[in-house]
Amino acid sequence: MIVVNTESIVGYSIREVKGLVQGNTIRAKHLGRDFAAGLKNLVGGELSGYTELLIEARRQALERMLAQAEQLGANAVVNVRFTTSAVTQGAAELYAYGTAVVIEPEEA
Amino acid sequence: MGLQFWIQFAPIVVLLILGFSVGTLVERAHFKRLAVREAALKDMMVTDVRTLPSGRDAKLCGLVMGEVVIASDYFKTFAAGLRKLVGGELRTYESLMVRARREALVRMLESAKRQGANYVSNVRFSTSNIGSAQRRRAAAMVEMYAYGTAMYVTEPSPR
Repeated sequence: MIVVNTESIVGYSIREVKGLVQGNTIRAKHLGRDFAAGLKNLVGGELSGYTELLIEARRQALERMLAQAEQLGANAVVNVRFTTSAVTQGAAELYAYGTAVVIEPEEA
Repeated sequence: MGLQFWIQFAPIVVLLILGFSVGTLVERAHFKRLAVREAALKDMMVTDVRTLPSGRDAKLCGLVMGEVVIASDYFKTFAAGLRKLVGGELRTYESLMVRARREALVRMLESAKRQGANYVSNVRFSTSNIGSAQRRRAAAMVEMYAYGTAMYVTEPSPR
């Protein structure tokens, strides 16, 4: 499955558009990470616990989107966008969406 | 004044000094690391347009992304809190945003390079919020995310 955030794919042409696909996940941070973050807030620096949490959540949203695309019989997703929204305090929704398409290699 | 004043304010003063000294060191070290890593990525081309430079051929590598969460230090948060009373430019947070954005971009480029790309097109930045923005004494935290489409672009063919 090819995923890009551009409308077209270099070296491929789009044969069929299957429609919008999307995936989301809502994650809350947990207390242990929050405590470490509290300490980090004194001296600054990267909060690697949160970074990991967001990377993992983002991957999950993307995977859910890809699963939908697969169900539609697509072999690529173009024009992927990511957005987030704050649902409640201490939790975030990560949302990925794009257009599922069927592509074929361009003849040179 | 006197003893009671010091007992009340000593912790804040200690935190301010700690935040300022360690925070500045951490930030300086981070900028130094960033400069080194950016120098190593000099041959990568980054754009936020969707099209290729004209006359070039490209091979797709796929979606690449970089993400980072950076916390402000106590001093920066405190200084920004004071500044907010009168409004204006929050200088202490500007460097925080710059750090986060550069770090996210560098991570994205490093992942693109690992995949053999030399060009990342259509780069977008976004921020997320998993921290407690609504908490009363919320410490500033930046969550920066950069993503784009990585490709390997060949030199323009002579025509």
